[in-house]
Amino acid sequence: MTAAAPAVASVPGSRRRRPLVILLRRSWRLGRTKLGVALVLLLAGVTLIGPLFAPHQPSAFAGAPYAHPSSTTLLGTDNLGRDVLSRFLWGGRSILGLSLAATVLGLVLGVSIGLVAAYSRSLLDDVLMRVMDVILAFPSIVLALVAVATVGPKLWLLVLVVGLTTVPRVARVTRGAALEIVNRDYVQAAEAMGESRLRILRGEILPNVTSPLLVEASLRLTYAIGLIAGLSFLGFGLQPPAADWGLMINENRQGLTVQPWGVVMPVIAIALLTIGTSLISDGISRAAAGIDRGGDSE
Amino acid sequence: MSAPVLVVESLRVEVEGTGVDIVDEISFTIGVGEVLGLVGESGSGKSTVGLALLGHTRRGARIAGGAVRVEGRDILSLRPAELRSLRGGTVSYVPQDPASALNPALRIRTQLEETLAAHGHGANKEERLSQMLDEVLLPDDDLFLRRYPHQLSGGQQQRIGLAMAFACRPRVIVLDEPTTGLDVTTQAHVLATVRELCSAHGVAALYVSHDLAVVAALANRVAVMYAGRIVEIGPERVLFHESAHPYARRLVEAIPEMSGRHALMGIAGTAPRPGSRPEGCFFAPRCSFAAEECTHAFPPVERVADGHEVRCFRRAEVLAAGARGRPPAPDRAQPDHANVLVDVRGVNASHGERQVLFDINLAVEPRECVALVGESGSGKTTLARCIAGLHRDFTGEIALRGRPLAAGARARDRETRRELQYVFQSPYSSLNPRKTIGQIIGQPVRLFFDLDHGAAHDRAVATLERVRLGASVLNRYPHELSGGERQRVAIARALAAEPTVLVCDEVTSALDVSVQAAIIDLIAELQREMQLGLLFVTHNLALIRTIANKVAVMSSGKIVEYGDVDAVLDAPQEAYTKALLADTPSMESAVAAAGA
Repeated sequence: MTAAAPAVASVPGSRRRRPLVILLRRSWRLGRTKLGVALVLLLAGVTLIGPLFAPHQPSAFAGAPYAHPSSTTLLGTDNLGRDVLSRFLWGGRSILGLSLAATVLGLVLGVSIGLVAAYSRSLLDDVLMRVMDVILAFPSIVLALVAVATVGPKLWLLVLVVGLTTVPRVARVTRGAALEIVNRDYVQAAEAMGESRLRILRGEILPNVTSPLLVEASLRLTYAIGLIAGLSFLGFGLQPPAADWGLMINENRQGLTVQPWGVVMPVIAIALLTIGTSLISDGISRAAAGIDRGGDSE
Repeated sequence: MSAPVLVVESLRVEVEGTGVDIVDEISFTIGVGEVLGLVGESGSGKSTVGLALLGHTRRGARIAGGAVRVEGRDILSLRPAELRSLRGGTVSYVPQDPASALNPALRIRTQLEETLAAHGHGANKEERLSQMLDEVLLPDDDLFLRRYPHQLSGGQQQRIGLAMAFACRPRVIVLDEPTTGLDVTTQAHVLATVRELCSAHGVAALYVSHDLAVVAALANRVAVMYAGRIVEIGPERVLFHESAHPYARRLVEAIPEMSGRHALMGIAGTAPRPGSRPEGCFFAPRCSFAAEECTHAFPPVERVADGHEVRCFRRAEVLAAGARGRPPAPDRAQPDHANVLVDVRGVNASHGERQVLFDINLAVEPRECVALVGESGSGKTTLARCIAGLHRDFTGEIALRGRPLAAGARARDRETRRELQYVFQSPYSSLNPRKTIGQIIGQPVRLFFDLDHGAAHDRAVATLERVRLGASVLNRYPHELSGGERQRVAIARALAAEPTVLVCDEVTSALDVSVQAAIIDLIAELQREMQLGLLFVTHNLALIRTIANKVAVMSSGKIVEYGDVDAVLDAPQEAYTKALLADTPSMESAVAAAGA
């Protein structure tokens, strides 16, 4: 046995693939994930490319208030006589952009806090998590209203507040997932070699909690979309005459019986978008848990 | 022999959907009161066969063909309700891990009563309960029955599992590695109980195990599985003495022996997984007897003698070749007595309130291997972790070359951390699954040596070659490697630091016996080459003769015996060491007993 070098037994037919890629592939095989991705792509397409096809400027007047659909205004006009279709096509950008920014902010802060808390397992852990509990204790919409009422309806404030309200939940999930990892032998091996704490957090622990984080990210995006849409409906988001789905619902709700399109279109869009993101989240979590895997031997 | 209780005919279990076979062409019989040992390495499909006897498969697999007859009744054709009453009644099962098989929220009494009630033995409950516990040598008083599973020891938990399995007087019992997690002493007692119960009640038992020594001690007949096929089946004595299959032969030779110093002989390569098995005989690529015909078709079942069947074209040659003599182990490196490398003086350590180490004194010299032997809970791993800086809660002095070491790796300087390297027990948890092998090996290189990118890469490749892996694994992830390859990577990570002391914590206990031999061989060779001081922690006494110079036997946090390996193993002084040696199942004692 001394001289004969055992050949490296390659797993025949195996391509070198990152574990994360395997997870994404596995979730892609689920119908729900495909449907979710299709919905999100459709809505993202509408908001990004839509404005190019808008027949009118979003704040230009195209007819009488609450006019029924016609050849120039395909979905009729709104409370001030502006084209509903054009405003719809323009109005998704703010919701999508703001909720994405808020989710990213919440994820970055939440993941950092969660990882540090789990790895320190000391007084710092308790302090951090109790602070998170305090934030969690306030309903997020109330927190947002207080902040906006004090400072005024600023977009950066919206992102900040919605982002902050997602931090505690992300931190909890991260900490929970990381607690299981921090005692693993490979973390101890890195510690025994004197690897820096930051590198252990980033290189050893973070990559092993990505599956729950992916699920959490799309779930938080779903909530952020709902919250941002709600806040703009209340008038704390984009200010008139800008086009925004939440704002559109508010502007046109009085004419709902006369000309429903100004309300129905944004409602459908927001609903489909949130359903899409939560389907993706569900698909990833099922794939991560191995549900629906069936006879797949991968 | 009367008609067999259990008949299995051409059983096939395959992966659902793809139709890839996990096991196929499985046929055997078990008679009244007989124990058939089913041995094989991980992934050979032995547990799949065991579960199929209950008409069950793991998720994602299905029984695709064949028959399992218990007293003439084919259980694979039963309806679900019939199958349910059969399981636990006519055919029962003892799982591997008793701790997870018992419900932690229910008292022992409730769980035992459930088994009786499920099969209509509700009458005379108290009488039956005490009988069940008597059989497995457990107390039957109320105090014991009121306990929860976590209040029992591992051995007691497994006895409860046995009591449940034998409660309804089954005809067939499947034991799936029931003693794997137990200490040798506990294992010896549980095995004795199994043997008595099977013969007392005339139960046909299938004992699934990877441990040939255990099977040799227990089974009447043995079936050897390789890559989803039974390659040889025969009386236990024949299998271990005059096997006609090269794999069975190599497997027996790979087992470390307690007596005498022999080189361990592993089997090169790894067993093919389902779906990637070669054409012809599955063992041919690793077989030294392989001929041209072996690559065309899988060999048919051939009778060698009464009750001894083998699937090998070259059986005559294998039989003629006889047993290979075990080559003596290469000489151990001679330690350098002049300067002590690691010196442990008066170390006491605790886990929280509980003290687990008491006044430990130990020294490792350059080129010396000190084995640390003991049962689980003896404190051997804690001592190793104290030395490696992973356990900080200790008093006393641990010195490296005369310099006292701080507790905890972070408090030590870079040079100390480099010199002391630790290899963990399980390669399945010691490698970060999200890092490539290159990144894993690169970590110590980056931390301990200030090399530029190219030099660091070369050093990583050189280290991998040292553990006989090539540069081809650099870009792979741990899940793409076999257990033995992963452990080689873990060893390479330690070697990349160019240590002077290597602490190996049960490095082979998660590996198959054929792989274990290769890893031990590798460690011994590296120790000679690199002149390492080695602290080798293990519970396997048979391993240490090959590799160690000195041995420290630990029990309940104390070193009870410390001395030269040969002296301690041949003439143990302490009662504890004697008992430990007596309880360790070994091939020699089993074979000697069977041959007598």
